[in-house]
Amino acid sequence: MASLRDIKSRITSTKKTSQITKAMEMVSASKWNRGVMNAKAFVPYMEKIQEVTASIANGSKDSNHPMLNSRPVKKTGYLVITSDRGLAGAFNSNVIRKVHQTIQKNHKSNDEFAIIAIGRIGRDFFANRGMNVVLDITGVADQPSFSEIQDISSSAVGMFSDGTFDELHIFYSHYVSAISQEVTEKKLLPLTDIAASTKLTSYEFEPNAEEILEVLLPQYAESLIYGALLDSKASEHAARMTAMKNATDNAKELIDSLSISYNRARQAAITQEITEIVGGAAALE
Amino acid sequence: MKTMKVSVVTPDGPVYESDVEMVSTKAKTGELGILPGHIPMVAPLKIGAVRLKKGGSTEIVAVSGGFLEVRPEQVTILAQTAEKSEEIDLDRALRAKERAEQRLQERKQENVDFRRAELALQRAINRISIAQRKI
Repeated sequence: MASLRDIKSRITSTKKTSQITKAMEMVSASKWNRGVMNAKAFVPYMEKIQEVTASIANGSKDSNHPMLNSRPVKKTGYLVITSDRGLAGAFNSNVIRKVHQTIQKNHKSNDEFAIIAIGRIGRDFFANRGMNVVLDITGVADQPSFSEIQDISSSAVGMFSDGTFDELHIFYSHYVSAISQEVTEKKLLPLTDIAASTKLTSYEFEPNAEEILEVLLPQYAESLIYGALLDSKASEHAARMTAMKNATDNAKELIDSLSISYNRARQAAITQEITEIVGGAAALE
Repeated sequence: MKTMKVSVVTPDGPVYESDVEMVSTKAKTGELGILPGHIPMVAPLKIGAVRLKKGGSTEIVAVSGGFLEVRPEQVTILAQTAEKSEEIDLDRALRAKERAEQRLQERKQENVDFRRAELALQRAINRISIAQRKI
């Protein structure tokens, strides 16, 4: 049986750990709240831009804008959104595993794909395995503003137009609820499957449809990326909150069971001491 | 007088929502005025001011880039950023203007994204002039 002092020091260190995890849980809870709010605030913009893009793109089917037309795929781009920090349960590993599996399934060599990694964990994973990471972005704020993301998204869109890859897929963790997040894959570019909303309006274009598509499509793709990032941020904090809550609960359980064995050991020591004293006294008589 | 619903939406949430009598703004092709009952239309916007007339008063919203979508009953402005004139952070805009000007001065050096600095300058000037109601 472990000595009293050993048990005591284990209890203290577990207690300290649980204080830290508890604090992290609270921090994540507040970040999660704001993350969800940001994601919600973005919905009206996304819906609107999707509606407009769908009606314009479907209205001018003959358009030969490069972002609307699929070309033979020689190289596939993967945009992977992970977090910068760990301790978020399976949040990062789920996304990474999905991407890794997809790549293993579809590609034989490193030249067939390119990875854009947002978040340190994802970048490190793919860079360590010598996979083709063409662009990595770390240190994205917890409440990213649209202008911050614009650099990322416009370079991703730029790589598609200059032929670095012929298709862009995005992988991120979609926020379902505080306890459940789903890894989602979306084909971002080319924009072949813009969901046509129920009622399509036929617009007049000022000056013309082609020129509007020229400006609108990159913006649409950028907002898709921004939306995915907000979604991923909300999931990250939800995942971390749950992970930290579990850690705190486990620590509590551990402390309880340690306290029991501490008390037992203490009781045993006292009993032993009494027996020794009684034994000693009996020997003197 | 007839009115139409106008909403200014940005990625960070809706900025303005109200019923107004007239919207006038600067599109890429030139100044544009929209009255209720306009045919459906889409036009890209310049960095500039959106003026919203309502009951004799005019409200101004600063927008930087984006789209104007018109329907008979509703006008939506999709902008990357937008602020109502009274919500503009003048100090920040002034600082941004200085920074952009400085960057443009250094344009002969390498690593200066000229176009980006120019856009930043435009946005800053737009905000400042709207905040000071010079438009």
